[in-house]
Amino acid sequence: MKSYLLPQFLVDRDDYRCIRCEVCVRQCAFDVHWYDGEEDAVFADESKCVGCLRCVTLCPTNALVVRHNPTQHPPNANWTKEVLQNIYKQAETGGVLLTGMGCDKPYPIYWDRIVLDASQVTNPSIDPLREPMELRTYLGAKPDALKIGGKEGKLSLETRITPQLKLETPIMFSAISYGAISYNACESLARAAAEAGTYYNTGEGGLHRNLYKYGDHTICQVASGRFGVHADYLEVAAALEIKIGQGAKPGIGGHLPGEKVSAEISRTRMIPKGTDALSPAPHHDIYSIEDLAQLIYALKEATHWEKPVSVKIAAVHNSAAIASGMVRAGADIIALDGIRGGTGAAPTMIRDNVGIPIELALAAVDDRLRQEGIRNRASIVVAGGIRSSADVVKAIALGADAVYIGTAALVALGCHVCQKCYTGKCNWGIATQDPYLSKRLNPEVGARRLVNLLNAWSHEIMEMLGGMGINAIESLRGNRLRLRGVGLTQEELDILGIKHAGA
Amino acid sequence: MRIDVDHHAGLPGVFVRVDGKVKINARHMHYRELNNMVKAAASEGVEEIVLENVYGQRYIGSGIRRPVRIVVHGVPGNDLGAFMDGPRITVDRNAQDGVGNTMNSGLIVVHGRAGDIVAMGMRGGKIFIRDGVGYRAAIHMKEYRKFRPILVIGGDTQDFLGEYMAGGLVIVLGLKGKGRRKVKFNARHIGTGMHGGTIFLRGEVEDHQLGKEAAAVPATEEDKDFIRPFVEEYAGYFGANAAEIMGSDFLKVYARSHRPFGGLYAY
Repeated sequence: MKSYLLPQFLVDRDDYRCIRCEVCVRQCAFDVHWYDGEEDAVFADESKCVGCLRCVTLCPTNALVVRHNPTQHPPNANWTKEVLQNIYKQAETGGVLLTGMGCDKPYPIYWDRIVLDASQVTNPSIDPLREPMELRTYLGAKPDALKIGGKEGKLSLETRITPQLKLETPIMFSAISYGAISYNACESLARAAAEAGTYYNTGEGGLHRNLYKYGDHTICQVASGRFGVHADYLEVAAALEIKIGQGAKPGIGGHLPGEKVSAEISRTRMIPKGTDALSPAPHHDIYSIEDLAQLIYALKEATHWEKPVSVKIAAVHNSAAIASGMVRAGADIIALDGIRGGTGAAPTMIRDNVGIPIELALAAVDDRLRQEGIRNRASIVVAGGIRSSADVVKAIALGADAVYIGTAALVALGCHVCQKCYTGKCNWGIATQDPYLSKRLNPEVGARRLVNLLNAWSHEIMEMLGGMGINAIESLRGNRLRLRGVGLTQEELDILGIKHAGA
Repeated sequence: MRIDVDHHAGLPGVFVRVDGKVKINARHMHYRELNNMVKAAASEGVEEIVLENVYGQRYIGSGIRRPVRIVVHGVPGNDLGAFMDGPRITVDRNAQDGVGNTMNSGLIVVHGRAGDIVAMGMRGGKIFIRDGVGYRAAIHMKEYRKFRPILVIGGDTQDFLGEYMAGGLVIVLGLKGKGRRKVKFNARHIGTGMHGGTIFLRGEVEDHQLGKEAAAVPATEEDKDFIRPFVEEYAGYFGANAAEIMGSDFLKVYARSHRPFGGLYAY
């Protein structure tokens, strides 16, 4: 069948600059480039190009330009190029449209319509280069009250504090499974989390034996497939996370296709090589809040009540009510993942149409827990579209305790957000299990890049805090008075719980 | 309902040591308190822990990594042996939901029936249930190398037996009633989403009772030789006649593909 799909990108090669070194030929796992010896020229099959820019970045003579194919379909605001191309693809394959990374549709990004406050005249700002500034964050349930006892002038804390995670900066790496990304990418995240004093999350693919040594900085996920979940895995983790949902695909399960289940992945997930790894949509031991409580306490019981238990949900319409139930079910941490949250593979229609923006979900959940007087009983961690330190500051002022970053972390490792993670051919060595590709990512370099990112963001956060005259991240949490909306409707402002700029 | 209290078990919350065994009267104890005592006894190296008057305490056997014997007198609560890695549990009454949830190794023998999702996500060890079980037994059971979970059910099951099953062995004997005669299975959606492992059913099912990812064929003599030791083990625990059971016809239910959803997507 003749494909009606047009190339998404065009590859322009400057023949004068091209030295026929064939770096582009070797670097492209999608087989776009090839060298013809007879003609002594390099050619490109543009229909295969995904726009990841690996060849452009590595070309030693800057001979390559990859640009959007300017070919226009007949003008139509309804039947756009994307809509038509999707239909052609499905007419040719009969399959569900698949994509990677987070939703790329132009839903409002509320971070960009919220601005921060700063001190002027009436209260002094603080310079973090000279003065102490505290970003340390503890995640876990906080007691309703502290009981201080003691005798003969010596005070002691009588209240028993439940287990907490100690973060040197309020940024953690989101759940990304070994399977979705390469071993080298996992090791980069693990090493960076350990070095920066924060945590990374295994996702639902188990934990490779070589990474157990980073256990103190690892959040181990327990998802519906229960892959790689066994006693050692539960014991080595700093915290456990029950994954109910994911922002990129709320309400559905996942399939890691058999061809990605390599020998190492099979060992880590503890399933046979080459079989599909199916994650059912629900946990079949959780059909209610009471059942969720049962699994939370099963995990606490199995790990002797020594670790906080997080529960992660996708941000959906009634997240606030669900979050209230989660807190009452015993979750120490609530992780909310918004509609822009990333994924290694999700049906395009689900990714782009299901769920709500994280900003609104966060504001609603924080409000609800405060109204019910249970906000202290769980920390809130938000994910799904945190792109910069400014997003982190705004999230914390809206009510979050910390954030998870996934896409931003992968971008630090080299990801160019081409959204083809599901093909397993990532030229940057991140979303692939092909050893030829994954060795392109050196875990030492990867960890360095991630630590650099965290350090840079942390410093920017301190500057923004200092500008507001605040010297501890604690003082910003839920401090919505330091936020103002720009160009938002009254309803949006009400949900976000902030005033409009100027008011 | 009148609850008989065995006063010989000692006071609730107190260890009673008899011949290297530890006895705990679980009456009115919170599961957390009870499990702490069981874990403490297990870590001491005790070989057998006897729990008297168990009434619905959850997670018994969870978080213990020694092959200690735990004898449960009474009805344990949900998630008996959840994430379990080693203990050998016997229950003298019925069990509730989630028996052997995500269990890694060990043994659970239930002298009665069990509720829903028996052996959910189970990866290793053995479970023997004397009577029937509820819905979604062996859901997402899986195997890996030396880990091969085995679930033997004496009675019958409700719907969705072996849903998403990815490995392991399930044997359903269909023994029911006083004469423990063979019955026809009523469960529907058997093996829906199944992509590994094997289910043996003693008796018959109609095609429409199978999930579309599962197929059934009559078990061969080799198949029966393969399951015989587990049926004999069942008979040993519950006093059934293994030879008579093995004299009947079995159906073997297996996954049509290890990649049930391979062709679902437009790449």
